[in-house]
Amino acid sequence: MTKQTQTSAELTTTEKVAFSLKKRHRKEKRFQWMGRLAIGFGFMLVLILLTDIFIKAMPAFHQHWVKLEIDYRKDWMKIDSSESVLAGEGSYRTTLKKSIYQMFPEVKDRKQKRSLFALFSTNAEFTIKNYLMENPKVLGKKVDVFVRLDDDIDTYLKSVNMPGEEFSRVNQAQAGWVLELFELKRIEKRWNTSFFLNGDSRDPELAGVKGALTGTLLTMLVTLLLSFPLGVAAALYLEEFAPKNRWTDLIEVNINNLAAVPSIIFGLLGLAVIINMFGLPRSAPLVGGIVLTLMTLPTIIIASRASIKAVPPSIREAALGLGASRMQTAFGHVLPIAMPGILTGTIIGMAQALGETAPLLMIGMVAFIVDIPGGITDPATVLPVQIYLWADSPERAFLAKTSAAILVLLSFLLVMNSIAAFLRKKFEKSL
Amino acid sequence: MNSSTLVLTLLILALFSYWLGIQRSLKVAGGVSRARLLVSLPRQFGLLTGFWCALPALIVLLLWNAFESQVVDSLLISSFSQDIQALPNSELGLYLNDIKILAENLSAGLSSEGTESEKQQAALYLLNIQNNSAWIRTALILVIAVASVAFVVSRFSMEFRARAELEKIVRWLLLASSGIAILTTLGIILSVLFESIQFFSAVPPWEFLFGTHWSPQTAMRTDQVAGSGAFGAVPLFAGTLLITFIAMLIAVPVGMMTAIYLSQYASAKIRSIAKPMLEILAGVPTVVYGFFAALTVAPFIRDMGSLLGLSVASESALAAGVVMGVMIIPFVSSLSDDAINAVPKALKEGSLGMGATQSETIKLVLLPAALPGIVGAILLAVSRAIGETMIVVMAAGMAANLTANPLDSVTTVTVQIVTLLTGDQEFDSPKTLAAFALGLMLFITTLALNVIALKVVRKYREQYD
Amino acid sequence: MIDLSSSESLVSDDIKINKTVGNIYADDAKMSMRNVNVFYGEKQAIKDVSLDLAKNQVTALIGPSGCGKSTFLRCLNRMNDTIPICRVEGELKLDGDDIYAKGLDPVLLRARVGMVFQKPNPFPKSIYDNVAYGPKIHGLATNKAELDEIVVTSLQRAGLFNEVKDRLDSAGTGLSGGQQQRLCIARTIAVSPEVILMDEPASALDPIATAVIEELIDELKEKYTIAIVTHSMQQAARVSQTTAYFHMGQLVEVGETDQIFTNPSHELTENYITGRFG
Repeated sequence: MTKQTQTSAELTTTEKVAFSLKKRHRKEKRFQWMGRLAIGFGFMLVLILLTDIFIKAMPAFHQHWVKLEIDYRKDWMKIDSSESVLAGEGSYRTTLKKSIYQMFPEVKDRKQKRSLFALFSTNAEFTIKNYLMENPKVLGKKVDVFVRLDDDIDTYLKSVNMPGEEFSRVNQAQAGWVLELFELKRIEKRWNTSFFLNGDSRDPELAGVKGALTGTLLTMLVTLLLSFPLGVAAALYLEEFAPKNRWTDLIEVNINNLAAVPSIIFGLLGLAVIINMFGLPRSAPLVGGIVLTLMTLPTIIIASRASIKAVPPSIREAALGLGASRMQTAFGHVLPIAMPGILTGTIIGMAQALGETAPLLMIGMVAFIVDIPGGITDPATVLPVQIYLWADSPERAFLAKTSAAILVLLSFLLVMNSIAAFLRKKFEKSL
Repeated sequence: MNSSTLVLTLLILALFSYWLGIQRSLKVAGGVSRARLLVSLPRQFGLLTGFWCALPALIVLLLWNAFESQVVDSLLISSFSQDIQALPNSELGLYLNDIKILAENLSAGLSSEGTESEKQQAALYLLNIQNNSAWIRTALILVIAVASVAFVVSRFSMEFRARAELEKIVRWLLLASSGIAILTTLGIILSVLFESIQFFSAVPPWEFLFGTHWSPQTAMRTDQVAGSGAFGAVPLFAGTLLITFIAMLIAVPVGMMTAIYLSQYASAKIRSIAKPMLEILAGVPTVVYGFFAALTVAPFIRDMGSLLGLSVASESALAAGVVMGVMIIPFVSSLSDDAINAVPKALKEGSLGMGATQSETIKLVLLPAALPGIVGAILLAVSRAIGETMIVVMAAGMAANLTANPLDSVTTVTVQIVTLLTGDQEFDSPKTLAAFALGLMLFITTLALNVIALKVVRKYREQYD
Repeated sequence: MIDLSSSESLVSDDIKINKTVGNIYADDAKMSMRNVNVFYGEKQAIKDVSLDLAKNQVTALIGPSGCGKSTFLRCLNRMNDTIPICRVEGELKLDGDDIYAKGLDPVLLRARVGMVFQKPNPFPKSIYDNVAYGPKIHGLATNKAELDEIVVTSLQRAGLFNEVKDRLDSAGTGLSGGQQQRLCIARTIAVSPEVILMDEPASALDPIATAVIEELIDELKEKYTIAIVTHSMQQAARVSQTTAYFHMGQLVEVGETDQIFTNPSHELTENYITGRFG
């Protein structure tokens, strides 16, 4: 190929290619940057999501308490002996109110009094009651007792730099009193144990996740007890025993399709069949567990089948060769080797079930339940539904609670996924 | 005994039967030393006895529980006076409910003052039936358990093939477990279909499918149900599609570019960081995304909008759609990754060997070759977006607006199902039934999308096998 | 074919490959490689190989499987760049220019040094688009007429035109194996490369299709410089002018094809072509 005059038609191939190169490399760079951008976008979102929730959750782990000078005067309490105290008698609300007004003698007007009383949690009267029941001797005396502040005031203290500033939902007078208490060093920030020890409540300062956690635990227990044996049995049948016929095909098609059915449809199934037809109780972990079992079974079956399939055929042949029946081979030799893989699949399925909300709304686990469920037929709610309920609440303090509950949920998921990852590694090594 | 104690008792009995079976087999053999003369192992005798103890009794218990309430109801109704029995079904149901509540109060020791004596009497009768039923059930179950054990033990002999029988039972159990998938599908179809048919007898299907006005609340008034046109689901379908479309606008490009970059460009180190990132995105529960959408993204979009002088609804379709898109990114990415990796390496080499750049190879050879797989992936992702519930329940609105403006508030099929079915209402009202009709639509759509997607993907796999 | 581990036992330890036997130099070299070493991570796949490719000639690279002949071939248009752990050392020149030079673009190199692969790998596109692929990405045609012309000439040169002229729009993957491979050759020459590298181009084909391809290679050398890796000695004997024998990553012997096959100098070469192993 000889060089000729530089008209575009007569350029050599090399020159033509060289001519196009700059533009093509620019395109290449642009394409790679699009890829980096996509991944960066993902990273950014994970970061924003997690920090957002983390920052919002922080306030929920602390709570402000205030030291009140409670005057357990017998005439206020309308009792005069420690026996009556231990019997649970006494008008604590009156005592609390009068003690508070005694601390702020300048407050006279009724409206003012009401807004002063609103500084403290509705639970304060029980706090002072408990205090007296534990120390019956202080009846008739003046003592300092710590009570929770109302959630609005708690939020206010967490939001402003210095008490006394303006804030929504806290009026001028209230801000002043809080400042006064603050300067008297009567306000104390404490680790919020009630978040982990209480059930749900309409009052954010009292609401906790224990009820939801118990509900989750019971529901997961039912799900595990049902889905694990059923899933393993189904996988074992399909891999080791099923003849290749239309029935088996039908089962396979069904499993694959069920894996992609929206979860809310399983809720409809639970409502129409399990509750309305079989008459099992609404809102119960039992029903929730059954619904979640049906939902997670395909995941567990698919994972278990893969792991049973991965067992080398030589193991089966060896066992069969020694005179073991197919059943003995399956249960005695194949299943133990496949177990880590099956467990991985089960944990992943359980993690899915743990985060699931929609089908549980359908079967009534969305009710407001204060009591901590004691059994699988008691009304209960679960952690994700609790998050949904709190996220819907108008009180500002619930925002932090919701985020904190999310953190609890995410840490459970993290633990489960780490275990699954660990088991998977072990399984891959053993094969 | 209540059901759980009964089940527990059965399990203990089964354990005992296991022991009993072993002992009996040894006795039949004539001592431990002669046990090897038996056709099967003593342990297999034991297991067989245990199964015989628990299985028949459990099956009967299940059936009993399934039909108990119907039988009790009909017994109760037959005890009513003629004029009450003649009541229309819905009122009869209410009457039954009253009595049930009354009976519960009575057994809890609450006073029942102020109720008609007729009802009180019925309640007492109900308590009586329930009591008897519980007794009969307990007795029946225990008798069945003991009788089954006696039956199987009576057949024990030196030649009794306990292992064969045991394996037959286990095989049936395994088969039954795998059949649950079919039962579930059947249950879904029947329950959703049955309620939908009831719904469509009240609201004509075309009105539901093509009506453009959705306001189920007003339809509570019985005489308005049919003619009002309050069950036109078009705004719901449109809202679902709008949010799905926005989600796809985010998920498809980002998910695909992520898959491409990770499989074609990224170093092992970047991959080892990016994969967990995708796993986190995939593992975050939808309720958390919903919270994020409602409390972080939606306000952000609204503020951005007002900065630009746009009016953005506080529950805009955009917020829900964007977050749903983020949720689906890992899904699209992993499926696209599969599709791209299924393209033979030879094609990539062929293109690179001719002097094509990486991106030219990807755009002109890999992606066209992987197209069917990618189309399948997108269809699956769409199906996922349509069925997603929590994000839209928390971040999209309730108002059934028929609009294509992403800054407006729209509602979706899943939101309406949740709204219609949470809270207390009668089960037979058209409002509740409408939820099942929506569920039917949702089921059919997602099923169709999945079947098509799986077909496309399978065809495509075969092409390169 | 015996695998590498057992072939070693056939080679007594006293047969040493110290220096390549024969003349590695060509009078009219299109490409010349000196002291090439290739590593896959820790493992050395090519050891100190020097060889010239004579212009408008067919050079055959033969040797037992795993001997590194394909690896060496893939160095010549930098296809090994796509494998991250692969490292190439030494001097590799095309028309006197270092092809591994920093400023040199592999894209440009690959346009000049084309490659045909073991398994026919037509793109899932029409026959026309398969051939037009290279010219399109490299911007070789300014209009449709020019592109048509390139496609037709390339197909003609690959001896495929008469068989497919009525169905240029049908899928390239629908052709028979031999036709597919000729399509791949047409696709390669559409870019008008100067060198064509062929990696066992006929190994997946039946004898008749192989014969057609061999004939084609013979014709192509009029315009192009060709290097072909083959596991078939008969094929090497039929199509090549120069033959290079590789053994365990080293170049044992180079020479005129006739001489190598009738009168090999090195014991290993002799063992191989007489069928003692490989």
